[in-house]
Amino acid sequence: MSQTGSNKDVSEENLPSEQATAHEGAMGVPPRTKSLGEVADDPFADPGLPPHEPRVQDIDKRAAKRSERTVALLFTVSMLATVGFIASYVVLPIDKIVYVWPFGHISALNFALGLTLGLALFCIGAGAVHWARTLMSDEEHAQERHPIEAPPEVKAQVMADFKQGAEESGMGRRKLIRTTLFGALAMVPLSGVILLRDLGPLPEGKLRHTLWSKGKLLVNQNTNEPLRPEDVGVGSLTFAVPEGLEEDDHDFQKEVAKAALMIVRIQPEDIKDKRELDWSHEGIVAYSKICTHVGCPISLYEQQTHHVLCPCHQSTFDLSDGARVIFGPAGHALPQLRIGVNKDGYLEALGDFDEPVGPSFWERG
Amino acid sequence: MSTSSTNPAGGTDGRKAPAGERVADWADGRLGIYGLAKANMRKIFPDHWSFMLGEIALYSFIIIILTGVYLTLFFHPSMNEVEYHGSYVPMHGILMSEAYASTLDISFDVRGGLLIRQIHHWGAIVFLAAMLVHMMRVFFTGAFRKPREINWLFGFLLLVLGMFTGFTGYSLPDDLLSGTGVRFMEGAVLSVPIVGTYLSFFLFGGEFPGTDFVPRFFSIHVLLLPGIMLGLLVAHLILVFYHKHTQFPGAGKTNKNVVGMPLMPVYMAKAGGFFFLVFGVISAMAAIATINPIWALGPYRPDQVSTGAQPDWYMGFSEGLIRIMPGWEINLWGHTLVLGVFIPLMIFPLVLAAIAVYPFIESWVTGDKREHHILDRPRNAPTRTAFGAAWISLYWVLLIGGGNDLWATHFHMSINAITWFVRVGFFAVPVLTFIVTKRICLGLQRRDRDTVLHGRESGIIKRLPHGEFVEVHEPLGQEQLHALTQHHQYQPIEAGPVVDENGVERKRTMAEKLRAKLSQGYYGQDSQIPKPTVEEYQEITSGHGHH
Ligand code: HEM
Ligand code: FES
Repeated sequence: MSQTGSNKDVSEENLPSEQATAHEGAMGVPPRTKSLGEVADDPFADPGLPPHEPRVQDIDKRAAKRSERTVALLFTVSMLATVGFIASYVVLPIDKIVYVWPFGHISALNFALGLTLGLALFCIGAGAVHWARTLMSDEEHAQERHPIEAPPEVKAQVMADFKQGAEESGMGRRKLIRTTLFGALAMVPLSGVILLRDLGPLPEGKLRHTLWSKGKLLVNQNTNEPLRPEDVGVGSLTFAVPEGLEEDDHDFQKEVAKAALMIVRIQPEDIKDKRELDWSHEGIVAYSKICTHVGCPISLYEQQTHHVLCPCHQSTFDLSDGARVIFGPAGHALPQLRIGVNKDGYLEALGDFDEPVGPSFWERG
Repeated sequence: MSTSSTNPAGGTDGRKAPAGERVADWADGRLGIYGLAKANMRKIFPDHWSFMLGEIALYSFIIIILTGVYLTLFFHPSMNEVEYHGSYVPMHGILMSEAYASTLDISFDVRGGLLIRQIHHWGAIVFLAAMLVHMMRVFFTGAFRKPREINWLFGFLLLVLGMFTGFTGYSLPDDLLSGTGVRFMEGAVLSVPIVGTYLSFFLFGGEFPGTDFVPRFFSIHVLLLPGIMLGLLVAHLILVFYHKHTQFPGAGKTNKNVVGMPLMPVYMAKAGGFFFLVFGVISAMAAIATINPIWALGPYRPDQVSTGAQPDWYMGFSEGLIRIMPGWEINLWGHTLVLGVFIPLMIFPLVLAAIAVYPFIESWVTGDKREHHILDRPRNAPTRTAFGAAWISLYWVLLIGGGNDLWATHFHMSINAITWFVRVGFFAVPVLTFIVTKRICLGLQRRDRDTVLHGRESGIIKRLPHGEFVEVHEPLGQEQLHALTQHHQYQPIEAGPVVDENGVERKRTMAEKLRAKLSQGYYGQDSQIPKPTVEEYQEITSGHGHH
């Protein structure tokens, strides 16, 4: 019972109990030669490969011919489809939209190109597979496997060679060479690591500051006009950015990612948080629009409850109560911006946020 | 026909060999192709539908590379702001990154560009799905056992790298949806204790979003990751050839042979043809089903978002983790530990690692050092099958969590209820799945045992002389008897003290105790039904004929 030549390592205690029985069958190709008497000893023994059953195509010439014609037809359809592909490319304008049931209004060119290409490819595949299944020999053969493990002689040879090589190198004896070599090899990748330093600047305080500062006007993001208290109605959510931030500024994306603001008006008596009331102007409160979870912009406002919802993972904040988290995975309240009105009657910031906006990080504290 | 090198210019009979043969001779003299062909041209491959799953993965990878190279011809990996003036009228005059503008161009100005983009994206989805299902096939049939553990790891790495390649590709067009995904990733990176902000700044070249991430992701997406994957893929396939394919048990199939049809011609035609089938189907999908319509939502702006944003399916899993996690945040000594984000970020690799290391755990428990080329029927390895099913169930639970808003709106449930369901389900569902799957496996084993001993139910009802009705059981043929009984059943390791060869008793180490425990769990009384022995069979069949 030399099963794979390597089972000598299996500890006795958990060897399969019946491994030594004839279940493994004869090695290699076990043809069906056992007489019935032999089989009776072990009804579970491997009876060997079943005899090959011929297909219709193997017996009936006409069926084989039919298969041949089917395969050729598929290949021909493929050629036609490629012609159709080229024709669609040439004929169909790129902006033509057509209605195709049930897919709706779609690009005619994309539809035609995709289907003709798909058909051309599919028919080659179908033809080849049909050919293989019906006309090529489907007789099963058995091939022997050989253990992956090297036989002991080979292993011994390799070990001896290795030992000789190692000895000839003097690696073991000349400790000084070995140690310094390892040292050099260990150090040289440091250069590669150092080179990564300029991938970006250091964080320093950058995440703590936004464009907001004392006296900056709150500019309505949709109209680009500075906001006055009367522009902020009850029940609506207004988005604002700091004055001076223009869409074509080179760092617009980075700045708006921190400075984006949402403004709502709440009846002052409905504001539950004392500081929130202090930092508001006649019930107008300004909060960071950037979710404190992982930074999506918040966009949904429920005017009855003054709840805002982040559409990404449904964190919900209560804007009438210091924007604390009332649901969802966000870890802390939205930062509030302290606002007032300047002498011309426009809403202005009274400083920057007093804590970092957006997702939390280690240095946030 | 020329068979020797005695007459290099022609056949042995003096005639010139055909041109093809001369070319082959030339190549053989330089590459030794005849040696390779001898070993491989008529190599036998066993046939089973589930062996095609890996092929689908392979072919979709090739399709992705072909279409990806085409996309690079038109895509501009740059975040310079430009004003759009292409064919898509609704976007006219809008400021956007060149990356987004060029993706619009690919979709609206390059004929066939949209098709290739959609084939690329559909290809990515099929690729990852095929890899996952292929991996499950390997898992449930025990094909990862010796000598294939390393190939299991190669395959696993391909899956993980494929996920990242997909994610970086998804981010390239710089549209609103992809930007939202990138922001999610940035928030997750920020949560890493101590080094989070540094990682984020190095990744984005400064503060989010900056102007570097598209070109950086581009080289990761088209060069770094696909390059590594190509290497792994080649190694994976070489090992498949070298180990020879596994086969399901059956008549004539042993651990020492491989039964099937030869590579040439049958598998060349079948596998080659199958490539075209996969390519054809993905092309048709790209023709009829729009995927990632980047024009619908506009370019990315960090202060804008759409509702119902969803990542591709293979990332839905991490989406679920992040959504159901409570927002824990610990502030200590001026520092913040963002557990609400960091824990999900860590669970993600842990869950993946659990399946990756499984083969090594199982082989440690069995202590089996033999090669295995005959696949297990999943029922015959109940603990393994139950573990795999539990793993998949966790994946599904998290996928549900990832779409909690969609569930809520489509089925009018409260998000709160779904979140709690998923939180409880995260722990309970895998356990339940484990228990139920194991029971089902044992039930099937019991049925196999009955079938072997009493024959198959024939559906024919017979009335006995005294009036009783019985169903006639047909005895099985030897092929079926063999197929149902050929598997090995391990015996559990006893938990008592060990006696070494000198007869000295010694206490078991902790590791040995754990191993014995696990072994009991795997192969103890409640974990497998003893398969019928020859004696049992003979006693029943030779005795009274009454079943
Ligand atoms: C190996 C696995 C790969 C996966 C899973 C993958 C996945 C993706 C995905 C999901 C997209 C987004 C497509 C969209 O909807 O717009 C994408 C974009 C892209 N990919 Fe790949 N990709 C792979 C390999 C490659 C390779 C090898 C190349 C090039 C050599 C490539 C080139 C591109 C380019 C240029 C884009 C951006 C163009 C666009 O978005 O229209 N990809 N990839
Ligand atoms: S980013 Fe707002 S809930 Fe996750």
